[in-house]
Amino acid sequence: MSTSTTSPAAPKVKRVKKRKLNEASVLFDEPGPKSKRRILFINLIGLAFIVVLAIAVLSRLANPPQGQNQLSWSLWKPALNAEAWKDFYLPGLLQTLEASVVAIIGSVFFGVIFGIGRLLGFAPIRWISSIIVEFCRAVPVLLFMIFLWRGFSAMGISDNAAFLAVVVGLILYNGSVVAELVRSGVGNLPNGQREAALALGMSPLRSLLSVEVPQALIAMLPALITQLVVVLKDTALGSIITYTDLLQESRRLGSANFNMLQTLVVAAVIYFIFSYLLSRLAESLPRRMRRRTTGITIEPVQAPIAIMDPSNTSMIERAGERELPFNGAEQPFHDHYHGSNAVAGKWKGSHFEHGHDPNHPVNKHNKW
Amino acid sequence: MSEFMTLFSTYDVFGAFKVNIELTLWSALFSLVLGIVLVMMRICPVSSLRGLASGFVEFFKNMPLTIIMVFMVLGVFGQLKFQFSDNFDTNFFWLAVCGLSMYTSAFVCESLRSGINTVPLGQAEAARSLGLGFMQSARIVILPQAFRGSVAPLGNTLIALLKNSTVAAAASVSSETSSLMSSMIENDASKIVTIFLIFAIGYVIMIIPIGLITTWLSNKLAVRR
Repeated sequence: MSTSTTSPAAPKVKRVKKRKLNEASVLFDEPGPKSKRRILFINLIGLAFIVVLAIAVLSRLANPPQGQNQLSWSLWKPALNAEAWKDFYLPGLLQTLEASVVAIIGSVFFGVIFGIGRLLGFAPIRWISSIIVEFCRAVPVLLFMIFLWRGFSAMGISDNAAFLAVVVGLILYNGSVVAELVRSGVGNLPNGQREAALALGMSPLRSLLSVEVPQALIAMLPALITQLVVVLKDTALGSIITYTDLLQESRRLGSANFNMLQTLVVAAVIYFIFSYLLSRLAESLPRRMRRRTTGITIEPVQAPIAIMDPSNTSMIERAGERELPFNGAEQPFHDHYHGSNAVAGKWKGSHFEHGHDPNHPVNKHNKW
Repeated sequence: MSEFMTLFSTYDVFGAFKVNIELTLWSALFSLVLGIVLVMMRICPVSSLRGLASGFVEFFKNMPLTIIMVFMVLGVFGQLKFQFSDNFDTNFFWLAVCGLSMYTSAFVCESLRSGINTVPLGQAEAARSLGLGFMQSARIVILPQAFRGSVAPLGNTLIALLKNSTVAAAASVSSETSSLMSSMIENDASKIVTIFLIFAIGYVIMIIPIGLITTWLSNKLAVRR
């Protein structure tokens, strides 16, 4: 109904243009000669501000009260030489990446299992997975890590208790976020996918496993990669429970040479490079993924934690959904109307159960 | 039950949660102000301010909070001798608030920007055609609608901030929940599960109302279009 008949190339061009406008220039016109001069003036003030800030920071670094010059090469050299890299940064980075990779694989498994668990028809499994997922999302990762670390040590796993605690803590939290992604990804697919699968004679579980979840995973890939950035950043929490990751190693190097500031700067740069590259990847993916799924590939805003609230979907997406057809006149049927309101299994259901709720505030304005 | 009682009477659990709530509220205030300034800078016509703001946001979005906290204590305080107060506890508290605020303001800025993206183009065009300048159209037309559109992501940011306040342990704030939990487990190793559940359920109790309120608010405040 609302789909246009334009050629496939046309909407793409329009989208790119709109995005660019939305980004920056929506709030102001193309500047004329007078505002160009004013912008140049403010630009100069801005640049002067940045320069003054940089000078202030550098002079504070060069000349801290009762301390030595932090810019001197004698402090930077031990933070940057080959030994520092060989003995501290690289082993630490290896440990960080190891924990990240194991945690990522684990949390995808955890997320898919519990995400499917929350979508199953069998109520007890659904409730148990809901409780586990909501609990893991609400508890701070650091508390998990400290609890697991002490627990593992008490159980006698003293060799790699810290590593296991970091990995399991990250899996529990990020896995539950991935479970929510799977759930919202399946929810965002058009109804027809499930209906077609059921019409082909698949059972609901088979339809989930071989039709809906694979598409949801592809649709959620950008959000998943954004979550990987979180995993990478959160491995640094391991240094609090004595896991020898990059941060811990740089602290050790710094306390050996009394140049903590310098070694922390080096570690920060390494962390930044890795997570920046991952973020860039996540931003470039949605465009490529759009062709491979019927779901929505834009990154969803994660809904706030509200247990079992059916309206708990992304309001941002809903607000930006579409222009109303027929100038907002009431639609006789909901969006996914396919000629009949009978849905396999629930043929007696109401409009609400079929995805359209005329009493929901979002649809109120359609009333004459 | 008596196990709970002895734990509560021996340790100041509520005091620890109070420290976390104080950290959260101060950081929420500062990061909201900083986030609004950043988002204004990101959409303004002046290119140097845009670059400065997006550099700041990218930097803090891609930096682990733990390293910021450690840097605040060992770098800013330890080596640059920058301090808020002579009292160690107050000093570390405010250093942690500083780190949390800067980290969170990047996410506040992103939330507000996603809210700005929900404001239709026509609103800004109408504001411009009425002759409103950048500051006027941002203040009167765009930002109020953007705020209403970004309640849900702002609520998520607040929840994340509350959970991140435990990382203040890395900034030597020793009276907050994760440090207290650690020392409680050290002293009463046999009650480890009870101790963990006390703190975990404390966070669940604090976070679920925030989620419910923001969901309700975002439904109520969302601009119907």
